[in-house]
Amino acid sequence: MVHGEIWTLKELFVYPNEYIYWSIQIVMYPFMTGLVAGAFVLSSLYHVFGIKELKDIARFALVFSFALLFAAPIPIVLHIQYPFRSMNVFLTPHFTSAIATFGIVFFSYGAIVASELWFLYRKHFVEVSLPLKEKKDKTLLEWIKFVIFRTLTLGVYDISEESLKRDEKAIKILAGVGIPVACFLHGYAGFIFGSVKANALWMTPLMPVIFIMSAIVSGIALCLLTYIIVMEIRKIKVKVKSLRKPWMPKLEDVKGIEMSVIRITAKYLLLFMMFAITLELLDLVFRGYTAVKHWDILRTVIYDKEFTNIFILQYGMGTLIPFIIFLVPGLTIKRAVVGLVLALMGVFMMRWNVVIGGQAFSLTLSGYMEYVMPIIPHDWETFKEGLGGAVSIFILPFALFWVFAKIFPVFGTDK
Amino acid sequence: MITRRDFIKYSMQGIAITAIPFTAMELLKPSGLLAAKDIKKIRWGFLVDTRKCVGCGMCVKACQLENEIPCDANVSRTWVERYVLLKDGRVLADSPKAARDGFISSSIEMGHGKYEDVKKEDIEKAFFVPKLCNQCENPPCVQVCPVGATYQTTDGVVLVDRKWCIGCGYCVMACPYGARFFHPVHHTAEKCNFCYHRITKGLKTACVQACPFGARLIGNINDPNDEVGRIIRTERVSVLKDEFGTKPQVYYLGLSKEVI
Repeated sequence: MVHGEIWTLKELFVYPNEYIYWSIQIVMYPFMTGLVAGAFVLSSLYHVFGIKELKDIARFALVFSFALLFAAPIPIVLHIQYPFRSMNVFLTPHFTSAIATFGIVFFSYGAIVASELWFLYRKHFVEVSLPLKEKKDKTLLEWIKFVIFRTLTLGVYDISEESLKRDEKAIKILAGVGIPVACFLHGYAGFIFGSVKANALWMTPLMPVIFIMSAIVSGIALCLLTYIIVMEIRKIKVKVKSLRKPWMPKLEDVKGIEMSVIRITAKYLLLFMMFAITLELLDLVFRGYTAVKHWDILRTVIYDKEFTNIFILQYGMGTLIPFIIFLVPGLTIKRAVVGLVLALMGVFMMRWNVVIGGQAFSLTLSGYMEYVMPIIPHDWETFKEGLGGAVSIFILPFALFWVFAKIFPVFGTDK
Repeated sequence: MITRRDFIKYSMQGIAITAIPFTAMELLKPSGLLAAKDIKKIRWGFLVDTRKCVGCGMCVKACQLENEIPCDANVSRTWVERYVLLKDGRVLADSPKAARDGFISSSIEMGHGKYEDVKKEDIEKAFFVPKLCNQCENPPCVQVCPVGATYQTTDGVVLVDRKWCIGCGYCVMACPYGARFFHPVHHTAEKCNFCYHRITKGLKTACVQACPFGARLIGNINDPNDEVGRIIRTERVSVLKDEFGTKPQVYYLGLSKEVI
């Protein structure tokens, strides 16, 4: 069977070679890079613009952005037919292609995030490694910890007031430089689609901007959601521990979820959501008003074939409802969680509607294609290009975050 | 004793002096060399006379055999489309199995395994249109390939390097003609290459050779004595989807406005 044939249903006149070639992994790719960029922008709101209320979540968002960064290129590697040839992009980059710059943008962004993390946690590395260095009889675990943290200090043990001030300056500069790079990283993912002139739905110069705006929405939503979940888990853990061991810190001593953090972050979420929806509607209105040759088929795709995905799931449940949830005063944690989950779903559906929706009609402009996502895999291809692959990609950053949080303590401030 | 400052100064002077003769040299590009040699440039062009096509599908079969595309695969480097315009104004079109077996039934494929039976008396007009890669002068597939695995030769044919293609599918997405697909065996991007292995040896493409009605022709359109070039220059020809600015090099005679 030809690649794409198994999950494509054709209707009316479609060219023989046309299939849904870009499936769920290509939906996951902009979704994940969007989360990376969004999380970084959230952390920069504190570091660059000095929004004090976001101090706690800024650290959290930066570490999470780093975890997401590792997961972002995996969908592409899983999608391409020759994953082991992915190095070719670095060996012979063909710069007229939007994908060719991926390596450069990705690694520069990675370097910025890694450096920022280093400056932010340098003091912590020194504080962990110095006492371990002096300790005589180290256990094996302590040895491993010592080696890791000693390496992470990069041989710099100066944690004087003066040097820490310089660190802060460096963090500010890196976070400042990082914002345009993060936007570029994601904007160019939008460019990959927006520049395909063959595709009537994709081709719009607004695509990169729409992608960036919705990316920030998704990044903020995921960070806030994870923040709430992690804080709740932490609370439960402390509760259980303090019951068994009375000398451990009590629940009252542990800093819980700060409602002010949620409220302020939600404000930014709303702001970017407004930008995203305005641009998307502008695009839709413009297409309808100009009604060029391909509008006939686009109209049937948007208002008929993909109606549920676009108007109910993306605009209705994914944008309008969270909008109301965050706008109505008296925000509670439960309400915020519902709003955040819906906002995340909305952004995911936006990616879905771009990638899958863009392939829902044929180049003949008189036929349709439907993507039937493989749910139960029967081989490697149906796994990676199906539900299993998508879920694995979504779980990966959480697992990485769990590991990274052991090295970069995200809740270090309340000790 | 020489000081560090002097050492650097003299070194810089030395480098500058040695570099002077090199400025007289020029970097040579293979394409520039070729142009300087004044080789009569070949530009392969294709001509399809839709009025001669009867939809027998011999071209598709020949292409699949010649280029080792498995017969049962639902993809093809070339295909034939059938357009049926009904008296009620509807336009029906299909290309079952890329017309590998020709059009043996009067029923039109509607997808989802459904067929619409068309009565002879309801038909206003009907015709066949063979399609293949347009070997564009400005190929979007070459532009978007992230690794340069697909490229344009100096004689205008777009080729794919199967050993370098990563299989991302960007070129498949970028082609407005649906000419590209993934090879069912090699799993790399695949497309018609005007049977490059044949035309460069002076042979005709497999489809041109197989067409019993002369609906397909290939030639060097830069050659003033070439038949294809002459027809393109002197007759009323059209190309597909020229609004994309791809400058296709497959020319059509007798193309109807319904063809897309």
